[in-house]
Amino acid sequence: MSEIPVTHILFVSTALFFIGMYGLFTRRNMITMLMAIELILNSVNINFVVFNKYLYPEKLDGLFFTIFIITIAAAEAAVAIAIIINLYRSHHSIDVEDATEMKY
Amino acid sequence: MSITQILFWVLTAMAIGSSLMMITRKNPVYSVLWLIMTFFAISGHYLLMNAQFLFIVNLIVYTGAIMVLFLYVLMLIDLRHDTEPRKNKWLKFAGAVAGGCLLLVIVAALKDSDIKSNVVQTGEGDIGLIANLGKALFNEYVVPFEISSILFLSAMVGAVVIGKKE
Repeated sequence: MSEIPVTHILFVSTALFFIGMYGLFTRRNMITMLMAIELILNSVNINFVVFNKYLYPEKLDGLFFTIFIITIAAAEAAVAIAIIINLYRSHHSIDVEDATEMKY
Repeated sequence: MSITQILFWVLTAMAIGSSLMMITRKNPVYSVLWLIMTFFAISGHYLLMNAQFLFIVNLIVYTGAIMVLFLYVLMLIDLRHDTEPRKNKWLKFAGAVAGGCLLLVIVAALKDSDIKSNVVQTGEGDIGLIANLGKALFNEYVVPFEISSILFLSAMVGAVVIGKKE
C-alpha cells in the first residue's frame, strides 16, 4: 500500500487557501470574490478530512465538519447571490468600488 | 512511484494550476469554469483519502449546484465591461506579499513539524462509506443535522426576501 506524507496534503490545502485569499484581496468583482471565498472553504475542508484520516481514522468528526461546512456554504451562496442581484438592481454594477453608501 | 502517488501529484497540480487560472482570468465566466476544475481536483483528493460520500457530495453540491447558480447569475447580470479596471496595483502587490509571507511561514512550520514522518493510509478503511456515515449522522449528529435544516429554511426565506422587488 503506497502512502502519501500528511505534509504534502496540508501543503495543498495551504496553497489553495492563500490563492483564494489573494483572489479575495485583488478582485473587485463581487461574484469572483464570492468564488474566492468558496475556494477558501474548500481548502479548509481538505484540512478537516486529512486530519480526520490521520489522527482518528476510526472516527467521523472531520467528515461531519466538512459536510456541515458544505451545507453552510450552500446557504451562504444563496443569500450572497440574492444580495448581489439586489445590488445590481439598484446600482447596475457588481463592482465593490461602486457600493460606497455605507462606507462613510 | 505508485499509482496513488501519481494520482496525488496529478490532482495537486490540477488543483493549484486551475485555481491560479481562476484568480487571474478577467472574464468571470472563465473564472467559474476554472473553479469547477479546481473542485473536481479537490473531490479527487477526497476520493484518494477514502471519503467516498464526501466525494459525491462535493461533486453534486459544489460543481453541480453552487457553480451552476453562479453561472446563472452571471448570465442574468449584464457584464458589458467584462475586463475589470486595473485600479490598484499596490493592493495587488500587498495581497501577494501578505498571502505569500503567511504561506511561507506555514510551509516552514509544516516542514519542521514532527508529523512529517506520518503518512496517510490511502485506500484503506471503510469509515467514509455511506452506511457508517448515515448511522452516525442520525445518532450522534442528529441535532446539528436538524439545526442545519432550520438554517436552510431561514436562508431560503432570506434569499427570497432580499431578492424580491420593493
